[in-house]
Amino acid sequence: MLLIHCPYCEEERPELEFRNAGEAHIARSTDIAAESDEDFEKFFFIRSNPKGVIFERWRHIHGCARFFNAARDTITDRFLLTYKAGEPKPDISKLSSEHGPAAWANRPPDQLNVKPKAKRSTKGEA
Amino acid sequence: MAKVAVATRSPALAGKSVGGQGVSLKVLEPASRMSLRARPAAKAALSKALGVSLPEKPKTTTTKGGRSALWLGPDEWLVIDEAGGDPLADCASVKGLHSAVDVSHRNVAIAVTGPNAAATINAGCPQDLSLDAFPVGAASRTVLGKVEMVLLRTGEDAFRIECWRSFSDYVYGFLSEAARDG
Repeated sequence: MLLIHCPYCEEERPELEFRNAGEAHIARSTDIAAESDEDFEKFFFIRSNPKGVIFERWRHIHGCARFFNAARDTITDRFLLTYKAGEPKPDISKLSSEHGPAAWANRPPDQLNVKPKAKRSTKGEA
Repeated sequence: MAKVAVATRSPALAGKSVGGQGVSLKVLEPASRMSLRARPAAKAALSKALGVSLPEKPKTTTTKGGRSALWLGPDEWLVIDEAGGDPLADCASVKGLHSAVDVSHRNVAIAVTGPNAAATINAGCPQDLSLDAFPVGAASRTVLGKVEMVLLRTGEDAFRIECWRSFSDYVYGFLSEAARDG
């Protein structure tokens, strides 16, 4: 079973206690009446749905019942980190690695079958 | 002359018990329960009025004189009084902003005791119930099978399960089967 770290309970808890609550960091306009239809559509309906790392809201519904935010890899289902609601979007560039299935799938299609160059030392070769 | 109807309360699953291999289930007597939500500013006054200090650490409980306060969330507690007190009345005089709701008859409590108690609960609860992760006095809202419950460890091999009354039949049946399997 997947274990998810709840920032309020301060420990890892089984996934059965959690519910996904959609994409995170989507701010509602302070003047929603002045929004154009296109902007409202973007805010209300359009989600990024990336193949790779996504910022999501999660709710520990059968635990402390609090909402929090998480950075999750949609390919490996690995949670890179979780943080409390209201905290700024953290920098995850150091957490996601260039290797592994996620990095592989995020390559453009024409590079998918190109093997990474092996690092080989040329010293000492005849 | 009109006949006066007197309503008598009939507790769910009253007095039921099961004894199995290394585990026994017992439906506990009705108790006073209160769902309490408050901001940090009102916490000290509420603790003083209730006579138990509301725990601040996740998954912990404080118990004093038959009254327990269970940490459910950062601003949410379940107060259980088995000594016949009325926690709601005790909170009434507190000035600080808080929400106190009597949920005494919403919940049914089931005691699960015996060396196989943790294994029996783990049949439907995914949490780690080892003594390191869930020590005596630990309490948490979690799931059992397909319903939600509040789990409290009252001893090394004793648990108290608080579930909603309408779920109690399911919970009791689930635990009975799990106890038989153990």
